[in-house]
Order: sequence, then structure tokens, then C-alpha cells
Amino acid sequence: MKETPLSNCEREFVLLALREKKRLDGRQTYDYRKVKIAFGTEYGCCVVELGKTRVLAQVSCELVSPKPGRPSEGVLFFNLELSPMASPGFEPGRQSEMAIEMNRLLERCLRSSRCVDTESLCVISGEKVWHVRTDIHALNHDGNIMDAAVIAANAALAHFRRPDVTVQGEEVTLYSVKDRDPVPLTIHHMPLTTTFSFFHEGKEGRCCGFAESLPVQRVTVACAHEATVNNEEALRRANEVVKFAEEPADVEQPVCHRGPHTAQVGDGLVNSWLVVDDEPKSEEEALDGGDLEGVKVENEEVEELSDDSVIILETHNRVPRVVQLSDGSEEDEVMILSGKDLMNVSNKGCTKKANNSDDVMEVMVTKTKKPRKRNK
Amino acid sequence: MANVVVLMPGEALQLPNNEALLTPGKELVLGPGLRRDDGGTVVATKAGVLRRREPNVYWIDSHQKRYVPVRGEMVIGIVTAKSIDLFKVDIGCSEHANLSYLAFEGATKRNRPNLQVGDLVFTRLLVANKDMEPEVVCVDSAGRANGLGQLSGDGFLIHTSLEFCRRLLTPGCPLIASLSAVCPCEITVGLNGRVWLRAQALRPAAVAAALLERSNCIETEQMNSQLHNLTDCLANF
Repeated sequence: MKETPLSNCEREFVLLALREKKRLDGRQTYDYRKVKIAFGTEYGCCVVELGKTRVLAQVSCELVSPKPGRPSEGVLFFNLELSPMASPGFEPGRQSEMAIEMNRLLERCLRSSRCVDTESLCVISGEKVWHVRTDIHALNHDGNIMDAAVIAANAALAHFRRPDVTVQGEEVTLYSVKDRDPVPLTIHHMPLTTTFSFFHEGKEGRCCGFAESLPVQRVTVACAHEATVNNEEALRRANEVVKFAEEPADVEQPVCHRGPHTAQVGDGLVNSWLVVDDEPKSEEEALDGGDLEGVKVENEEVEELSDDSVIILETHNRVPRVVQLSDGSEEDEVMILSGKDLMNVSNKGCTKKANNSDDVMEVMVTKTKKPRKRNK
Repeated sequence: MANVVVLMPGEALQLPNNEALLTPGKELVLGPGLRRDDGGTVVATKAGVLRRREPNVYWIDSHQKRYVPVRGEMVIGIVTAKSIDLFKVDIGCSEHANLSYLAFEGATKRNRPNLQVGDLVFTRLLVANKDMEPEVVCVDSAGRANGLGQLSGDGFLIHTSLEFCRRLLTPGCPLIASLSAVCPCEITVGLNGRVWLRAQALRPAAVAAALLERSNCIETEQMNSQLHNLTDCLANF
């Protein structure tokens, strides 16, 4: 069944309210709705409520043969289902474009960011690995299923326990839940997303770029009609957004800045949303705009990087962690730039790499060989 | 409080004295949610509270958000398309309703109504059965508008449940009274779960909308006490 269309007067009303920086439920423009996270009785079951939007995530695992190209890595699989239960506008059967888009974003966010250590999911290299599957169901759609789904997936993965396995030589012993306590997954960090909506065609300075979690789902449609930029693209272009956006009050840090095509605006600057955490479970941030404008990236091989190169850097002086996501193609060429060269707009990047040095802010930039389609 | 009878689908209705009701002129009148089955007993088809109007009218009040069109009801529709001689109007049910160009007061072949896609119209259902597309009109049988027609574009539309709209339409609804105390506004209630309201400025309209949304799930008696809490809505805006 079709979605209820957005009437003109609703659209006018919302835009008028936005001009005055008001939202329909009294929030400020950058405010998130209240997040409620609840866990079920089973390991790996998590329900997240973002206002009225409800999302359920369930993690399960089984032993499978590994992928041919990666014999000693486990497999992570994510599946987001938008059923008519969530909204009458969702059709059963074939996934809509939005659902496919969300699935891809979810995979990029959670799999490419290497938040779950897949090497630890290997039982016998080349023969048996754990296949961890996360199923996410939208229970009620009131806007921003994406963020809720990512929170739910993260929480469910953290909550999940897999059966314990010991390997002695050639013998593999899989312990049932009764025999030995199940073991949690190794999670390095929790990537989270923030969705922005652009209104008034992004022209009004601060008006553009604020948290989309609007109570009325239909207003997302209004965004598509009025604004030039869709909220999904905003995630991919988080650089430009962060350039304009103020520091929000209680917003999870955005992530999912893709590495490739790094000559785009915004690579390399310090993010204004600081994350001081150096603990393993700190959140990631997108890069802020600026310094690397005009820097052409040259490709260089780096031997120690694996194929899916998402590199987490240790930085100093309250410079936040920077995570660049690559799209997991087989050969990544990586270029390392040192801090000084970031300041100078130059055509050739520096090739010096210094781990954990005090005076160099490292930005590792990946460029894939296959050209990716430019979004927007 | 009087004994409230809650029925689940499939439960039979307990009538006080069946014999008296079988006399002609005093037959049982069954409203929505009740049906007489083959055996002659009256069973509920929806879950809800049994209501009765003396002497013999029974119906069930249940919670529902999806509208099923019924002839004669007044609903708020959103124009979704214009074709040669009619508008396609979304009234919240499975099919879009048809609204003829001539079904307006003072409309002739040359004089067409000035509705655009996305406009709101307050209409009455003329044809509503499960075999045909519903048809709505903006004029009564005498040809007068009588409040029907286009709703102006500077209001606000909220979506609520069906029984809340019915509650708003009961004569002397206390919510309407307390709402007018907070901010005077013009309200149009459609029986398809849509309420349109307009106040003098943006802020009062938003406050009124918030007030209505929050009152959706609370009892009539509690509405007045909620009024004090809802003045903070005004502060937020």
C-alpha cells in the first residue's frame, strides 16, 4: 500500500517551524530523540527505541567454511528487514530501494569498519569459521530507522555470546551452552551513525545539517522534495556537513567516512566533535573538512595492510581517532601523509610513516583501484 | 463507575432479556464491531468496550488507526492527483477516493475548483463499499457546501486513532473546551483519523497539535489535569 502523501499544509508548517529552528515535538534542531535500549532473554537480542521508531536486532552464529579469499576470517552478515509491520508504506516481498540502501550502509558501517574482530572467529583456518549473522527487523517506523538499526546491531553484537570452541591439534571440541559458558565476540569499537536532513536547499547556513530524527516520518519525504541533498547522501558526505554543523548536544558520533576519492573536500582535518577516549570501545568520527583540499593523493603500496584496510590511528593531543573506510576491494593502495604535509597543499604526499609519534598526525588514506560512482 | 464490559472477538454478547427485544419495533440494532452469526447469537468481531444506547443500540468502541470507509461519514482527504474530470483523494483507506470537479458548491463545467495536488479537502463519502472505489463529494444533497471543501493551507494536520476523533466529536467534549482555553483555534475533525487545526500563529498551532497528540491515549477525566503539564509545550516553542 502506498504511503500517506504529505499534504501541502503539513510541508509548509514544518518548513516554517524549521525556519524558526523549531521542531514539531519541541526539540532543538540538533537534538536526538530519547534512545531506549533493551535486551531480550537470549544472548544477542536487542530492542532499540528512538522515540517511536522501534527496531529489533538478533544475532546468531553457526560454523561454516570460510570464504575462499579469506581462510582465517569469520563471516559477518547483516540483514535489515523493513516489513509492512513497521509502516504501511513498506511493501512485502522484494526489498525497496530504501531498504537496499540501508542494508548497504549497514554493511559498510559495521563490516568494513572492522568493529568485530573476524580473525578471532576462526576455528580451523581454511575449514571452519564462525558465521555471525545479525538480523534486524524494523518494528515501527517513525523516522531514522538507520540510526536505530545501527545502534541495535552494535548493542546486539556486544550482547551476543557464541559457544566456546577448543582446538587441540586436529580435534575440535564445540562446547554446548550447558558445558561451558559462551564466549563474547571480540569487539574493538562501536561505529554509530547520525543522519542529517537538509532543508531549504542547504542555503541558510546553520539551517542546513541537523539531526533528522523527526517525529513525523513523512517529513523525510518533504526533505526529498525541498532539499537538494538526501539524508543518505549526507552520511556519505559527512565532511561537508560537519563543516557547517555546530557541535550537537547528545549526538552519537558519526562515522562512515569512506576513504576512497580522498581528494574530496574535508579529508584530514581535526574533527570538532572530540572523542577523547582511547579505550577500545570508543566511537569513531568523521573527518572534518579543510586541510587536504587540493592535495592529490598518490598511491603507494603498503605491505603490512590487509585487504580490507580500515585503519585506526593513534593520535595525540586530543586529536580524535580517524577511521577511514574502504570498500573492501582486493587491492588497496594506501598513502600515508604526515601532518606537516597536510598543511602544505602539495601534489605529492609524504611517504614517511611514523607510528605514534608526537608531532605527526597521521592520516591514512585508502584509494581503491576500481572507481566508485560519485554519489549525488 | 458503571460496569464496563470488554469483549474480545468471538465472544457472544450477553443481552439482559432477550425476549423483550424480539418484539417488533424493539429489535436489536447492532453497530460496528458486532455481528449476528448463524445461530442467532450476537458475537463481537473487534476487541473493545461494549457501549449501549437505550433502549436497544449496541456497538463496540475499539482502537483502530486504519480507516474503513463508510457512506455518509465526513473525512479529510489529501489530493494526490488530478485527472480530466476528477481528483484522486487519499482518505486513508486502501483505495484512493474519487472527487468529481462538479461536486463543489457553485461548480460548473467552466468553473472548476482550484485544488492543487497536496491540498486538504473536507469531504463526505458518497459511495463506500468493498467492491468499488470510494467516492467523495464536497457538497450536500441540496447543493450547499455546509462546511465542506478545501481546507486552507496555513493549518496543520495531525494523524490520530479513529476513536479519538469520535471522542472529539461528541457534543461538549471537554478536550475541545480546554484546548480553546489554551489557544483559540479552528479545528476540523475527519472520521478517518485526521484532525486539521489552525491557530493565529505558528506557535499556538503547534502547541494545540501537541496537546491533541498527547491527549490521544488518556481518559476524558484526566485531560484537564494534563492541561497544566502541557503549558510547558508553550514554553518549548
